[in-house]
Amino acid sequence: MSANSVYLAYLVAAVLFILTLKGLSSPMTSRRGNMFGMIGMAIAVLTTLSLTHNVGLIVLAILVGGTVGSVVARRVEMTQMPEMVAAMHSLVGLAAVLVAMAAFNNPVAYGIALPGEMLHSSNRIELFIGTFVGAITFTGSIIAFLKLSARLSGKPLRFAGQHWLNLGLGISMLGFGIAFFLSPSWTPFLIMTAIALLLGVLLIMPIGGADMPVVISMLNSYSGWAAAGIGFTLNNNMLIIAGSLVGSSGAILSYIMCRAMNRAFLNVILGGFGGGEAAAASDDGVQKTYRSGSADDAAFLMGNADSVIIVPGYGLAVARAQHAIKEMSNALTSKGVKVRYAIHPVAGRMPGHMNVLLAEAEVPYDQVVEMDEINNEFADTDVVLVIGANDVVNPAAKNDKSSPIYGMPILEVHKARTVLVVKRSMATGYAGLDNDLFYMDKTMMVFGDAKKVVEDVIKALA
Amino acid sequence: MSGVVDPFVMNLTVFVLAIFIGYHVVWNVTPALHTPLMAVTNAVSGIIIVGAMLAAKPEEMDIGTILGLVAVALAAVNVFGGFLVTQRMLSMFKKKGK
Repeated sequence: MSANSVYLAYLVAAVLFILTLKGLSSPMTSRRGNMFGMIGMAIAVLTTLSLTHNVGLIVLAILVGGTVGSVVARRVEMTQMPEMVAAMHSLVGLAAVLVAMAAFNNPVAYGIALPGEMLHSSNRIELFIGTFVGAITFTGSIIAFLKLSARLSGKPLRFAGQHWLNLGLGISMLGFGIAFFLSPSWTPFLIMTAIALLLGVLLIMPIGGADMPVVISMLNSYSGWAAAGIGFTLNNNMLIIAGSLVGSSGAILSYIMCRAMNRAFLNVILGGFGGGEAAAASDDGVQKTYRSGSADDAAFLMGNADSVIIVPGYGLAVARAQHAIKEMSNALTSKGVKVRYAIHPVAGRMPGHMNVLLAEAEVPYDQVVEMDEINNEFADTDVVLVIGANDVVNPAAKNDKSSPIYGMPILEVHKARTVLVVKRSMATGYAGLDNDLFYMDKTMMVFGDAKKVVEDVIKALA
Repeated sequence: MSGVVDPFVMNLTVFVLAIFIGYHVVWNVTPALHTPLMAVTNAVSGIIIVGAMLAAKPEEMDIGTILGLVAVALAAVNVFGGFLVTQRMLSMFKKKGK
């Protein structure tokens, strides 16, 4: 294949990738979009395959990796999506580092240097950038994976002088990068890579808890930039375009997640929150009273309402109550009650997680409404059922300027006529804050395991 | 103006334009599909497989080609895993009464 036809094929693949993302603007077009993505990738891979000499070995490697990927994709549970995505980011990071090493080892084979020539100086900078972004993505995503799969404590891990250590490491990494630029050899390259690997660990360790959705979006972005960086090194447009699409997608998701928590991106990256320190919430010593009721009471209230909005949080998924809640809403719908679900952007552990969990339970997506669209409707709603959510419905975010979550956009469930809250106990949520919603006159607490409570409600409705 | 345009400048042009496209397309993604978006971008970032295949290209095997082959396998996990899990998720999103 001539270089021109290769690049034209890459262009077709790039357009298909753009259509893939465009398809996700609605569930209806999304499946076709995903198909475009597969075709685009097939075009890119087959085109590149025609350029190589080791076709047999490469196909074998693809089969090995492809089998692993297919099995994981089939078996993974929807609650485990964040872990799977984090694990996959790490693979891209590692692959980027390996490709960079191979490029440095034999630049002639990539056509980025003539035989006997050294790697060009501009390629060295790009190689440096691609490698360190890849290395940080690799180890950072491993830490994120371990935290999300609870193999490592989800709590932020912090120690004194952490930022200075990171800054020092960053500067020395840059130093070895410059050394590599001045005289390209393995020693500065490998030291620089090792420092980047260490930095990946140190940067993600202090972040945890409620900030995980930001971390995972950020690493998504990094994995794209790593691919784009390698694209610069290899003068390969395919890698640059696909990498940039992924990079900007992850960056936008990070921004959306930060906005949904009213947090500055830099603040999240530097760690903190999501554990411990915010816990010094206002405890004015006054014994506050709350009303509690049974599942039967809840069933009665909901069964006689005209409209019910369900606010699910991650606690719902933990209790594996998605299917039960779907049954409950069916029972309510058959009694003529209008049922909808309200989703906060940070419900779940990654962007859009709760939507997937509800879709898995066969909740029709047109019943599932995003925060901005449904917030005006709470005032006209008879009953709101909050289940497994806490901070995202805390009115302090709107009313209490001294609250650590003040300014965070919330689902305004306190405006509804009646609020039912299903919780295990009066314990606080991620942010460690008490929730005034629980003590309002219109609120009834229903204590117990989410799944058990919902099943009891279904029985009472029958 | 004279001389040949440096490849870096061409790369930068493509890079900046691709970011613009990505920015506009991703803002149009419905929040309900943010998890599938992440899964599919995982698959798309598997495009590093192209670089890995080029690393594994030379006939003579050396450390570079071996690294390339390993990278091909790693990226293939992403490509297959990413697209298939996205397909699986998207097939769950159904409208009422279907």
